[in-house]
Amino acid sequence: MDNIQLILNGMMREMLSPGTAAVAIAVIGLNIHFGFTGLLNMGQAGFMLLGAYGMGISVWHGLPFAVGILFGLGAALIFALILGVPTLKLRGDYLAIVTISAAEIIRYVGRSSLLTDFTGSAQGIPGSQYSDPFRSVAFWPFTGGGSWVLLPFNYHDVADGAVWVRLLGWAIAIGAIASLVYLLRSGDKFSGVARNGLVVLLVVFSVFLLLFLFPLDYQKVGVNGWWLRFVAWTLVAVCCFIVYLLVRSPWGRLLRGIREDEDAIRSLGKNVFAIKMQALIIGGLFGALGGMVYVLASSVQPDSMGRTLTFFCYTALLLGGAATIFGPVLGTIMFYVGRAFIFQASRAYVPDSILNTQEAAFFSYIVVGVALMLLVIFRPQGVLGDKRELRFNV
Amino acid sequence: MVRGTAGLLLALLLAPFLVLMTSGSASAVTVMCLPKADETACIASTMGSRAEPIAGVDVILTAPDGTEQRVTTGDDGKWSFEITETGDYVVSADAKTLPDGFELENETVDVKVDQLGKSFGAILQLRSEDYSAETSKVDELIQSTVNGLRLGLLLALASVGLSLIYGTTGLSNFAHAEQVTLGGIMGYFFVNQWGLPLWLGGICVVVFCAGTGYFQDRGLWQPLRRRGLGLTQMMIVTIGLSLALQYTYQLVVGARTVRVVQDNPEVSTFGPVTITHQSIVAMVISVVVLSAVGFALLRTRVGRATRAVSDNPALAMASGIDTDKVIRLVWTVAMGLAGLSGILYALVVNGIKWDSGLQILLLLFAAVTLGGLGTAFGALLGALIIGLVVELAPVFGMPGDFKYATALLILILLLLVRPQGLLGKPQRVG
Repeated sequence: MDNIQLILNGMMREMLSPGTAAVAIAVIGLNIHFGFTGLLNMGQAGFMLLGAYGMGISVWHGLPFAVGILFGLGAALIFALILGVPTLKLRGDYLAIVTISAAEIIRYVGRSSLLTDFTGSAQGIPGSQYSDPFRSVAFWPFTGGGSWVLLPFNYHDVADGAVWVRLLGWAIAIGAIASLVYLLRSGDKFSGVARNGLVVLLVVFSVFLLLFLFPLDYQKVGVNGWWLRFVAWTLVAVCCFIVYLLVRSPWGRLLRGIREDEDAIRSLGKNVFAIKMQALIIGGLFGALGGMVYVLASSVQPDSMGRTLTFFCYTALLLGGAATIFGPVLGTIMFYVGRAFIFQASRAYVPDSILNTQEAAFFSYIVVGVALMLLVIFRPQGVLGDKRELRFNV
Repeated sequence: MVRGTAGLLLALLLAPFLVLMTSGSASAVTVMCLPKADETACIASTMGSRAEPIAGVDVILTAPDGTEQRVTTGDDGKWSFEITETGDYVVSADAKTLPDGFELENETVDVKVDQLGKSFGAILQLRSEDYSAETSKVDELIQSTVNGLRLGLLLALASVGLSLIYGTTGLSNFAHAEQVTLGGIMGYFFVNQWGLPLWLGGICVVVFCAGTGYFQDRGLWQPLRRRGLGLTQMMIVTIGLSLALQYTYQLVVGARTVRVVQDNPEVSTFGPVTITHQSIVAMVISVVVLSAVGFALLRTRVGRATRAVSDNPALAMASGIDTDKVIRLVWTVAMGLAGLSGILYALVVNGIKWDSGLQILLLLFAAVTLGGLGTAFGALLGALIIGLVVELAPVFGMPGDFKYATALLILILLLLVRPQGLLGKPQRVG
């Protein structure tokens, strides 16, 4: 029982961590590229790194925080333009090769010892150099220092945290999340305000229930505290809402049209190149924003935002369901929680002689790779997606 | 109180050295500066090397406010300055005090002291005066060209297969680099661990890797083609495979570099070119194998069939070619070539790591795209160009950190003007 509680606590911490929220934002951007427009952007980590560098370098050198954010977004915009011009008129895999190369170039340049004064080379920029201004804008109720157990009323207070209380709680939580997923998938059967209201209600209920079962204790405004978590997840919600508005606009319909049949859209007199470019830029801006959130709790390290992160983004996107609104968020949470589960469970139950801590981490990544393959082969639409939407080709 | 005691202790410890120094003995070993937290910092280094220190050189330190300090290097070649303020310092040496026939490679060295309580190094490099930049530039150029050709040939082995797979199936195989790594790692197991002779181990590696290609196509790619899985999806499958393989290697051999052979390679010198014997053999093998592949593609029946499938799979199938068989053969040969490239690469750079293949994956893609996606000879040409660019870029003033970036930059620029690559046909671009 204690082992299970430990594993579940680890999963819960991973679920709410700002890193998960940051990747979710980047995956929302990738969803605009890959899910809605069919652009094979293999360099989303490059956009993230540029956003992080833009913010980190400018704040480090004394510019205001807001200007830093603008620099980060601006860098991503320019990057998207540079990538888009040579490749968007070509077939899809050219974009894939060029984006992955360009993202690597950014990483090489960032690692270079010639630019130590700007990028801190391979060591990166330590978080203490740029994250103070972020913490200084924290408002009530985060101000005042100290730490918080979110939801002070938790399972310890009911029958002394007896086993049956926790088991019952876990069962209800699984039920609530399952019905949430069911509700999200049944877009045709239920729709309108009632469905959206129910979704919001279920999300709030599940979050409270999870916090009741797995009380978390963090500083209010620490390096890695509640303030950062609050901002990160608020941004995720805002990004979801923006994508929701974008894809149900006429412009969003054009994106899907380009994904399904570029020539058909062209024959309607639309400028396909311009629309693809807009999609690349908007998705890239989300990526840059995700990169900024990603480094606020740690440091701007070029190697933490390499190809592997892009591949994780794709796994998360396909897991949740490409071309859906909530798919990226759900997929990212499932990805990180699942990885935490494999890691924690193999730590708890497999003896050190077979898998030590580092090997357990490797093992969890192997599972990620195999899961990605199986997912694409057997369930390309993921949890929330529609199979008909993913028939497109390069 | 504690700090006071520590200071006293330090003074006591240093006292004998201070006495030595004030005694003015010619054989005195210089007192090395020790930084104190929040109070002082040190700028220190050694003139010459530890084995051959250079004594009696006047080293000059210019503080941010323009004041100068001088010390003379001791018999051990060491020098140090104690400073009490942060800022940008400049270190140089008095040219008159340098030993005859030597000059400084760089006149001054900038030291940025951002924190007290630390030591900072500043290396003043000496070189002999008759050192001529002109001839060495030419030598460097020749040496780098040979290195570039060597890298290009190894890249060509892997990228010809990558290109053939792309041509026959339309798939960009992101896991190709892991097959290169697999070649090196299997070489480590066969030769280093299980003690096979190198040539036999090499053959085993190639056969093993070709086998993985055969079974990969049989167990994975052919069923997926039959299912009608789209190319985008297949590409993501290769990404998943690449991730899984990378971490499997880390699980099996760890993050360390492993070597195929234990002893250090022997070196030959031909004029300005210094090259290991293994590199020569690797280059010869690459040329022979690549010629054989080229000959097979041009002159044999199965080679013609491969090119036909690569050109137009539907038409090839209609004219009676068994495309599945051809694709199976292409996978087998491509993986065998990748394995060969891997073990040769491991021999040439004397070691292989779980991410060695990953590092050259982008070069492979650059080579294939540069030459023209899907054309085997284009991949060969592209690989040679990329190999030369990577090795020659530092000679032409590109910082070493950016040598891989140069190749990728050239790829992006080329796509702007000739997206089909050097030998590709425009209609394939789509």
